[in-house]
Amino acid sequence: MTELRSELKESVRIISGNAACAWAARYARVQVISAYPITPQTTIVEKLSDFVENGELDAEYIRVESEHSVMACLIGASYNGVRTYSATSGQGLAYMHEMLHWAAGARLPIVMGIVDRGMAPPWNIWADHQDVLAARDTGWMIFFASNHQEIFDTTIQMYKICENPNVFLPAFVCLGGFIMSHTQQPVHMPDQSLVDEFLPEVPKNGWPHFFLDPDRPITHGNLQNPGGPNIDPSCWYYEYRYLIQKAHENAKQVIIDVAKEYQKKFGIFHGDLIEKYKCDDAEVALVSIGSLADQAKIAVDNMREEGYKVGAIKLRCYKPFPTEQFQELAKKIRVFPVMERSMAFGLIGGIVSIDLKAILYQHPKHPFVLPVIAGVGGRDVRVEDQIEVLKTAVEMAETNEFKTELIVSGLHE
Amino acid sequence: MTEKKYWKWKEIETHTSINDLPPVPLSLPNYGSLGETGDWRTFRPEIDKSKCNKCYICWMYCPEAVIEIDKDGYPNIDYVYCKGCMICAHECPKKAIEQVREKKEPEGE
Amino acid sequence: MVKLKELIKDPVAGEEYFLKGNSSCAGCGGELAFRWIMKALGKRTIVVAPASCFNVTIGLYPRAGPAIPYLNMAFAAGAATCSGIVAGLAARKKLDPSMEDITVLCFAGDGGTIDIGIQGLSGAAERGTDFIYICYDNEAYMNTGTQRSGGTPFGAWTTTTPTGKKEHKKNVPMIMAAHGIPYVATACAGYPLDLYQKVLKAKKIKGTKYIHVLAPCAPGWRFPTEQAIEVGRKAVQTGMWILYEIEDGKMTLSGPSKNLLDKKNRKPIEEYIKLQGRFRNISPEDVKVLQKWVDRQWEDLKIRLACQS
Repeated sequence: MTELRSELKESVRIISGNAACAWAARYARVQVISAYPITPQTTIVEKLSDFVENGELDAEYIRVESEHSVMACLIGASYNGVRTYSATSGQGLAYMHEMLHWAAGARLPIVMGIVDRGMAPPWNIWADHQDVLAARDTGWMIFFASNHQEIFDTTIQMYKICENPNVFLPAFVCLGGFIMSHTQQPVHMPDQSLVDEFLPEVPKNGWPHFFLDPDRPITHGNLQNPGGPNIDPSCWYYEYRYLIQKAHENAKQVIIDVAKEYQKKFGIFHGDLIEKYKCDDAEVALVSIGSLADQAKIAVDNMREEGYKVGAIKLRCYKPFPTEQFQELAKKIRVFPVMERSMAFGLIGGIVSIDLKAILYQHPKHPFVLPVIAGVGGRDVRVEDQIEVLKTAVEMAETNEFKTELIVSGLHE
Repeated sequence: MTEKKYWKWKEIETHTSINDLPPVPLSLPNYGSLGETGDWRTFRPEIDKSKCNKCYICWMYCPEAVIEIDKDGYPNIDYVYCKGCMICAHECPKKAIEQVREKKEPEGE
Repeated sequence: MVKLKELIKDPVAGEEYFLKGNSSCAGCGGELAFRWIMKALGKRTIVVAPASCFNVTIGLYPRAGPAIPYLNMAFAAGAATCSGIVAGLAARKKLDPSMEDITVLCFAGDGGTIDIGIQGLSGAAERGTDFIYICYDNEAYMNTGTQRSGGTPFGAWTTTTPTGKKEHKKNVPMIMAAHGIPYVATACAGYPLDLYQKVLKAKKIKGTKYIHVLAPCAPGWRFPTEQAIEVGRKAVQTGMWILYEIEDGKMTLSGPSKNLLDKKNRKPIEEYIKLQGRFRNISPEDVKVLQKWVDRQWEDLKIRLACQS
């Protein structure tokens, strides 16, 4: 352990997004990793197996036989109060869906990398948020990184957030399939000793809220009745579900604090729940997640050169949803175009735009949310596509004519 | 076999408000995790100690572990929790356990 | 052979680890099996229970029947969770040496083992996870009200095979033996001491251990509760259920099954099935089919035993 401590000095490595995940898990000193291959995630767990077998990371590495078992395994491990990590994609995430609920319900601080990809059929392995957004109501916190540095930093931050006693929730850190997972970018990595200072020590006696200990025999997860208006000792299921909701609410401030602390310690800031780009005087702000959010800044710069008052918002944290931040932005911004790689079939828009509408439209004087589907199944989304959407939104703001039909950008006719 | 370590039915501390709840539900070892299950019985097994040869086969086969051995070495049935399956009576090689129909509400504690 | 008088006074076996007053049915074979399994394992055990009766029999929150750490788990996830717990314990031991000598037990029903859980079980066995997996087999989905499982025998009534099951029982102990794990055994709730000794043996072995316990279920098999032990005994005596151990690939018959290799020592299966309402409507032809299947199981064993000697 001490050898490792002195080994990792501050450095910049030009690495893939997947390698950034693996390096972050190494810096966080995860203790148990379970792994099952799926494209485009596989190189994360490959890299971690290198770290473990080279003796560079002191972790138990379990090669399981399915994604359902990946999560079951991490749940079992985390019940012992150890730091855990895995990664998955698309179909794999769907296959472990049952266990996602279990991890959140058991309030285990598991962190998992999601290299998002399209859902089959037909087969698709490229950036698409349908997989992860289908898990939106499992109780997990969901973070989207938009560049490699952010993947690394967010993964480390997540351990601090998830293991906070006011939170105790699991979290996804998502990156786009291939567009981020397999491209190379420079990533600044701090001295390991600074990460050790930043992250809390894993408690020696397990998580404070529970512990698998033969000296303290506790049964976890047995049946609870629905209950009625009177308090009955066996009827707290509803309340425990509500505590997950409360934990999400508590997490918002923790996320903000941790982002600030990280900035202070490492000099890097990617936003907290959201990152605003040139929004101060903007009438229109393009909301996007993942790699699209970084590219949106270029679109905004181009529009600004032409004199348009537009901005961009990166939805860094999707769950808990940054409700307050958007409600504040809604006081000035008139149109929020939302471009996203997912579909809420049968509704008008992608999944995030539906959620944004839900939190904004409660107010009688609300801004307009313009839902745009783009880049489904990894289809290229160009800066010009984003500019076109911004221009449509600007026109709406100027003319006060709001179209309600769904915009599908980049669709072959 | 000893009663000392675990809670009994009604003894366990329960929450009175959502503010008391720990983040996850934890259940503690409890005699009577479903209550005083003795009231399930239609028949009660009664041991005739004069016939009992202390072979402890009843103790071995009792699924509910309600047969305890007293200081004289005789098996005793805890009627608070005995569900009345009558395996003990059926398996007793000395036919020392009688099947008696419950007449009224079984005695609780 | 262990003596009951000694077991009662034994500091480990004399204790009860599944406390009375829980919600299992009267005369539950699974409950009796669990009682004796835990007497062998003692308190330094972590139990994982994937969906089965044993998610319900443990009683209602905030009370619990088990006097050991007990983890309710999703249906297909029993074995994989154990792999995680074993890895977690290994990681914890580095910080806290007192976490030594903890046995991890997966206690699953036939549905959770034979059907939905077999992938995870097979994976854990292939990985060689150091744990004991015990299937208590009551030959149907009893917790949901007696639906057919891969463990239901041919001809048996269940709510999803109202005219009797048309397929034979899946032989999971042999599937587990094919994994080459160090210990596989079968047991029956009607023979608690045999089960106890097998679990004691499994506890001392490193690696994946698998024990398959036939657990008569009065409400599901339709017999009066007091006959639970007798039904279990008849299952063994008729050869419907065979007691054996496979240690490092070497098979030995155990208990009453030792003498049943010769067909004339086995009672006809009618003696077993007539005790149970689930076979009430089985036709004489189907009894023959079932008897033939039983004899075939024994023939297979005979070949195996002959080959290894």
